[in-house]
Amino acid sequence: MWFEQLLFFIAGIGALAGALGVVLLRNPFYSVLSLVGHLLALAVLFLLLHAEFLAAGQVVVYAGAVMVLYLFVVAYIGGSDEPLRPESGAIGVFGPLFAAAVGAELCIAFIASGLKALDTQGADLGAGFGAPAAIGELLLTTFLVAFEAASFLLLVAAVGAVVLARRRRGLEEEGPAVGPRSDLPTDTMEVRA
Amino acid sequence: MSATSYGWLVLAFPLAGLLVTSLGWRVLPGRTAGWIASGAILGSFLASLGALVQVQDLPREERHAVDSIWTYAATGDFDVEVGIFVDPLAVFMCLVVSGVSFLIHVYSISYVSGDHGFARFFAYLNYFVFSMLLLVLAGNFILLIVGWAFVGAASYLLISFWYRRDTATHAGIKAFVMNVIGDVGLVIAAFLILNETGQLDYLGVFERAPEVFAQNDGTIVATCLLLLVGAFAKSAQLPLHTWLPDAMEGPTPVSALIHAATMVTAGVYLIARTFPLFELAPTAADIGAIIGTATLVFAATVALVQTDLKRVIAYSTMSQIGYMVLGVSVAAYSAGLFHLMTHAFFKALLFMGAGSVIGAMAGIQDMDRMGGFRKAMPFTFVTFTIGALALAAFPFTSGFFSKDEVLAYTINRGGGYVVLALAGYFGAALTGFYAFRMVFRVFGGEPVPEAKELEGGHAAHGEPMNPMTGEPEDTDVGFPGPEHNVAESSPPMKFAMAPLAFLALVAGVVGIPGVTDTLEHFLEPTFESSRYIDDHPSAGAEWVGLAAGGIISVASIYVAYVFFVRRRGITLELRDRFPKVHAFLFHKWYFDELYDAVFVRPTATAGAFGRRVVETDFVQGFIVGGTTGIVRAGTSFARAIQTGFLRAYALLLLLGVAGLVLYFLLASS
Amino acid sequence: MDVVWFLVLSAFIFVIGAAGVMTRRNPLVVLLCLELMLNAGNLALVGFSRMHGNEAGQIFALIVMVIAACEVVIGLGIIVAMYRNRLPIDVDEMSELRG
Repeated sequence: MWFEQLLFFIAGIGALAGALGVVLLRNPFYSVLSLVGHLLALAVLFLLLHAEFLAAGQVVVYAGAVMVLYLFVVAYIGGSDEPLRPESGAIGVFGPLFAAAVGAELCIAFIASGLKALDTQGADLGAGFGAPAAIGELLLTTFLVAFEAASFLLLVAAVGAVVLARRRRGLEEEGPAVGPRSDLPTDTMEVRA
Repeated sequence: MSATSYGWLVLAFPLAGLLVTSLGWRVLPGRTAGWIASGAILGSFLASLGALVQVQDLPREERHAVDSIWTYAATGDFDVEVGIFVDPLAVFMCLVVSGVSFLIHVYSISYVSGDHGFARFFAYLNYFVFSMLLLVLAGNFILLIVGWAFVGAASYLLISFWYRRDTATHAGIKAFVMNVIGDVGLVIAAFLILNETGQLDYLGVFERAPEVFAQNDGTIVATCLLLLVGAFAKSAQLPLHTWLPDAMEGPTPVSALIHAATMVTAGVYLIARTFPLFELAPTAADIGAIIGTATLVFAATVALVQTDLKRVIAYSTMSQIGYMVLGVSVAAYSAGLFHLMTHAFFKALLFMGAGSVIGAMAGIQDMDRMGGFRKAMPFTFVTFTIGALALAAFPFTSGFFSKDEVLAYTINRGGGYVVLALAGYFGAALTGFYAFRMVFRVFGGEPVPEAKELEGGHAAHGEPMNPMTGEPEDTDVGFPGPEHNVAESSPPMKFAMAPLAFLALVAGVVGIPGVTDTLEHFLEPTFESSRYIDDHPSAGAEWVGLAAGGIISVASIYVAYVFFVRRRGITLELRDRFPKVHAFLFHKWYFDELYDAVFVRPTATAGAFGRRVVETDFVQGFIVGGTTGIVRAGTSFARAIQTGFLRAYALLLLLGVAGLVLYFLLASS
Repeated sequence: MDVVWFLVLSAFIFVIGAAGVMTRRNPLVVLLCLELMLNAGNLALVGFSRMHGNEAGQIFALIVMVIAACEVVIGLGIIVAMYRNRLPIDVDEMSELRG
């Protein structure tokens, strides 16, 4: 059991660190990498919760495919280093404030004694809990509609992405100067520290 | 055909003429519109003759016919019909109206030729005749009010016929507003009648009235006074008379037709028609008689000093209608109506002659600039003088018999009425004087340049201008056309004036007391329920009155002769010696100024106040602006949220989530 | 392990993601923070699934992952289109939908 707790703390700290990294790092490339780390930590947490298939899916799909896509786009666009200044105005004050408020509320909700409904150890699990077989069976029987809908959604998203990002002849206007920077070579991925 | 069929025909002809000329004015060439309109009125006149014959065939005790083509409203207690009532009085009025109208239409064909609005003029004239006939033939008070209102509208349209003249449009508005005052009186009177008797058609009302009203009952007096208000507004009696002189802004045929022969006599017709009501309210009848006499004298005094030719004739009209009102108010119905008929003849004739003179003067109406036209315009001179003789009640002209008959009947009533009759004789004296003042000033003396030009063979041409203000105009749409027509050179005008001159001389033959009382006899069936029907002066008494009137008339003409022919300039001396009197009379006893101060200024101030404070500040600024301001303030608050910033929206979302979670937290604890 | 710990962790991650959405100006990073929030949700779902012994939570989390993927695809497509049209890559500049 102590092993689990240790693993939990390590993965938890990793997840939090990754999250903070996403938010606080100025270079978007670093933020993406930070998120990848966060996702891996989350996969470990899934394993701790006996969700093996989901953990695998997280690593393969999320960290492996989605984040790679993200990396490509970040490389293409580059993204400027945002100036390191505190956010001015109401957003800078109230944003974190409200977020903290929500966080506090949630923690109170989870921890406070009023929520005795939470059985903290969890139910007894069967042997194949979280295994691909169980997930697959559920997907194809009880949750078939959701499954099919999700696949349809994937199709629509793919088509939409192609439509959005294709070049249209003659429709590109001159915009403000924040665009591809002419002094950078555009065919190599240059990462600047 | 029955009498009522002829009655409908009488109405149908002018209506058809109106439709043809108004709808086809673009396609009718030249003066066709004029001939069509005149033909329509001729048809109406012939139908009136037919109605006359048919009515005479009815039995004497029940000499009336009622017919209706449509029931406008059928309520439980009474029906409102579109129906006519044909009896001797109606037929008499139809004949006078359509006959004189026909002649004036023919006169207008020449007078208004060359005007851009030629067809429009005849459309309006036909509309007017239709309305007047509708008023006269109406069989119930509703249709009477409809005809009454239409006639007022026609008067407005015709007075402001040359609509681009400011003076004309102002005069039209003035006439219309004062007519509306009369309309209101008439409508309220009709309502009172309906309220008390429960009927609106003449036969029903006149039957019920003696049962419902006691003699001099408050309500019936009030009703009759309101009827008098209507009558006085339409007939230009005191105090609702100020519109008539201004109405001379209209073309001369309009003045001849509406403001001499027909529309202004509608009030007299009204009093005669509703005589059962007036006989139930002697107080109201007496008030009518007094006001008629007062107007008579007032108008005669004002006519003494006016210099505009048409205005002298207008005041003379006002004065003569005073005689008619006096006549029908003292129950001398046939006498009053006889004077109505003869007045139509000679007054229309006078206006036509005046139109001819004004044509020769190239639009100038100021008598101070006229003189000596007798050689240049002999036909006009003769006809005008005939008209003036009839107006002055010169012995054996038609006016002589009619006017003095009215006065004889008035004396016959005795008591205070004798005073009214004496005032009437005084007015007659003034009438003779000012009538021949006109004749001698216009046709006597040395010829003015325009007259000399006319003798030379062509009418004078002046700059087109407004005769009242002298400002120049052009002869385009909305202004008088370029042609000035004189009777001598225009056959239609001669054709119209000659019969009128003839009638002005001999029409008295229908009312010679003791010898022929054709008219009285003819009208008797209408008035036989009057309690004064047998109360008329003896033939001897009448001849005495006639003699007195004749003497006064001749004397006044002689005085005029002295003043204006023998000792010219004496009037100027009189004017210089009595400047205040002259000013008082010249400004028409300051009635216009009085009304301006009492009614017009306060209304204008109230209107300006209303526009400035109520409309602009209050409604526009406060209510409308306030409402939009509130909405704007409210929405600007909502708009502040729609900043377009993604992050602000995210913030708000998060705020909402926090709130929700808080709620659930609190709800479950 | 108390499931509560996992839930608290998920709350923290969610909050960090929310703060990131509100404070960062680069739309790419905003999308990343969105991913954080989604993942936090996933963690909570899996935690509850463990608690109830019911795999429905895991299925739900799987579907959420699919949705997240689709959303990322479209979002990135939009950003690429923005880049192509020479628009500034800054959420504060994209503020034309305003009242």
